[in-house]
Amino acid sequence: MAVTTTEITSKGMTVNLGPQHPSTHGVLRLIVDLDGEIVRSCRPVIGYLHRGLEKMFEVRPYRQNVPFTDRLDYLASLNNNLAISQAIERIGGLAVPERAQYIRVLLCELNRIASHLVFLGTFATDVGATTVFLYAFRERERVLDLLESMTGARLTYNWIRAGGVPSDLPEGFGVRTRAFFRDFHPALSDNDRLLTGNRIFRARCEGIGVISRHLAISYAASGPVARGSGIDFDLRRAAPYEVYDRLEFDVPVLPEGDVMARYRVRIEEMRQSVRICGQCLKWLDENPGSEIMTKIPKVFKPPAGEAYSRTESPRGELSFFMVSDGTPNPVRVHIRAPSFVHLSLLPEMLKGVKIADAIAILGSLDTVLGEVDR
Amino acid sequence: MSVQPAPMNRAGAAGQFAAGSLALLLVIGIMAGIARLPWGFADPALRFVGNHPILDAFLKAFIVVNFIAIHVLLLIWWERKYAGWMQVRLGPMHVGWKGLAQTAADAVKLLTKEDIIPTKADRPLFLIAPFLVFIPTILTFMVLPFSLTWVGYDYPLAALYVIAVSTVTAIGIMSAGWGGNNKYSLLGGVRAVAQLLSYEIPMVIVVLAMVAVTGTMSMTELVTQQDGLWNIIKQAPVAIPGFLIFLVCALAELNRAPFDLPEAESELVSGFHTEYSGMRFAFFFLAEFANNFFSAGFAVILFLGGWLGPAILPPALWFAIKTVVVITLMMSIRWTLPRLRIDQMMGFCWKLLVPASLVVFCIAAFWAIR
Repeated sequence: MAVTTTEITSKGMTVNLGPQHPSTHGVLRLIVDLDGEIVRSCRPVIGYLHRGLEKMFEVRPYRQNVPFTDRLDYLASLNNNLAISQAIERIGGLAVPERAQYIRVLLCELNRIASHLVFLGTFATDVGATTVFLYAFRERERVLDLLESMTGARLTYNWIRAGGVPSDLPEGFGVRTRAFFRDFHPALSDNDRLLTGNRIFRARCEGIGVISRHLAISYAASGPVARGSGIDFDLRRAAPYEVYDRLEFDVPVLPEGDVMARYRVRIEEMRQSVRICGQCLKWLDENPGSEIMTKIPKVFKPPAGEAYSRTESPRGELSFFMVSDGTPNPVRVHIRAPSFVHLSLLPEMLKGVKIADAIAILGSLDTVLGEVDR
Repeated sequence: MSVQPAPMNRAGAAGQFAAGSLALLLVIGIMAGIARLPWGFADPALRFVGNHPILDAFLKAFIVVNFIAIHVLLLIWWERKYAGWMQVRLGPMHVGWKGLAQTAADAVKLLTKEDIIPTKADRPLFLIAPFLVFIPTILTFMVLPFSLTWVGYDYPLAALYVIAVSTVTAIGIMSAGWGGNNKYSLLGGVRAVAQLLSYEIPMVIVVLAMVAVTGTMSMTELVTQQDGLWNIIKQAPVAIPGFLIFLVCALAELNRAPFDLPEAESELVSGFHTEYSGMRFAFFFLAEFANNFFSAGFAVILFLGGWLGPAILPPALWFAIKTVVVITLMMSIRWTLPRLRIDQMMGFCWKLLVPASLVVFCIAAFWAIR
């Protein structure tokens, strides 16, 4: 019997994930080479949101640059305000009143909770649990209400300024915040029962997208991504700024380095943020005062020199580098954005994973494209 | 400056839930009531139609197709309301009472939309796919008994026929995935076919196990045998594991979470029907929900006593209520669980469900000769 054999050849398929794809968080384009369901290689294409912010900083006086930072990491704009304010304060040698520092920390931690809640919701949607999204956003709504009562805005707050904060806490803020925290702890426990302990969720997250300790260090990962890979590094404790050295909190660190570890680190960070906020509220209640803003001249001309500020944003190490030549405008500003650093890890991590995992891994990095493209 | 949010109104949501279920039952009740009216004046005409083979077939097909179209409108509304209730939101509220006419409005919108056929599509396959998916659904409904008399065709081999016919859907989905000439569609189509064919196996084995213990393949006889005690109790050693396996397989066959990989939104945009618009898309949607009703109805007939129930309600209504309860169970699962990955899903089928269904079949053999 004559047997004819035919060589079956298959060539891979190249697909564009994004920039208009339901699960890229923002306008990110991933050029993905697929072999069936398996990702062979991945090239992130960024720049769709590039606004030239660093250049724009150079043609404006120092303090007018603060509102721009709202649009960097738009899920945690108060943390960005804080980072640039610190850089300006450092370059101008400004001291911030103690009360303002506590208010800043309080606001930043509330914003961290809001940001991590967005992560929780979108990540759950990425792995298919759509209901968690609405539960997370229900809680986030209450954080936004709190921040709105303080700052008047719900997303781009522009509230932390160089030299302090523009106004004190509104009346009843502490009561409302504590009421929220009382409901927030059960909500987190509900989430643990609904999602974290779910077998399907664990099967989708455990052992997926492992970043080894070595890889994390060599790419300078920070924040929850680093802490999920067993690196015990949190700038709030390693290089304390504002009043973090006076506050008690734990830094969750997990050694696994997989998607699940990053997820659990963020969930635990929300609990720690609640602790920090509680301490700040207590101090603010016990130490009433009115000094919340340093006097700064109308035309602010810092001496020539340079300054670098390091802060722990919800995504990782957010730093501003500023150079002054004594004129009202900075000569050069550079932003060290954690999302950009983490996004560069992506091609390494996506080699050989299933396409469904690729989405979960991208979600677990929690990148914000406003910060990547600047 | 009062920004304190009102506490979530759980009671309101529960009230809506109750109102929604009442509305659904009311509509089904009215339909059943109309059927019980003394249609004396129409009797001669009906008898003529009933005795005429072609007219009779035409009338029954007409009723089945219209039933599919209309009950899907209610089911989609119900799913939206139920999902809304689970997710602490309202669901559709504006069109009609509690948004009851929202799906009808959506259907009108889909009808008026442009029917887009991609330039590089495989035209014949692309055009025929929605019908290849929809026709098997109509065919399965033809043998689905709502009561002893409310059945399109009381086929003695109905259980086998249903299994054979519903598999044809896979061809339709594959041609939709291929015909759209879209990479995401293709991936979705491939996933769907792999999933449909794999999960068909444990499902068939479980159905055959039930056939073995009951000794019949006729849907009406399956139900009449359960008079007094439902199969799930009467044949408990086979029926309880069988029901669970059947339910899981039904979820997979219907592409519902946690098995909604073929249309996994976060990965494949919209899966095999990404390129479809307007009424062609509506046909996929229609078929999906009609299949959902059918699968739940088949489970009710096999395990939960079909139309049997206390005589306070007509049999067809009992059947509808039981089916909607099973569908609601599926919806609860859908809106709770995350999605499996493709290899996990296939592994779950071949490593767990197929052996389990074979065990059920062995139990059935011993149970039948007991």
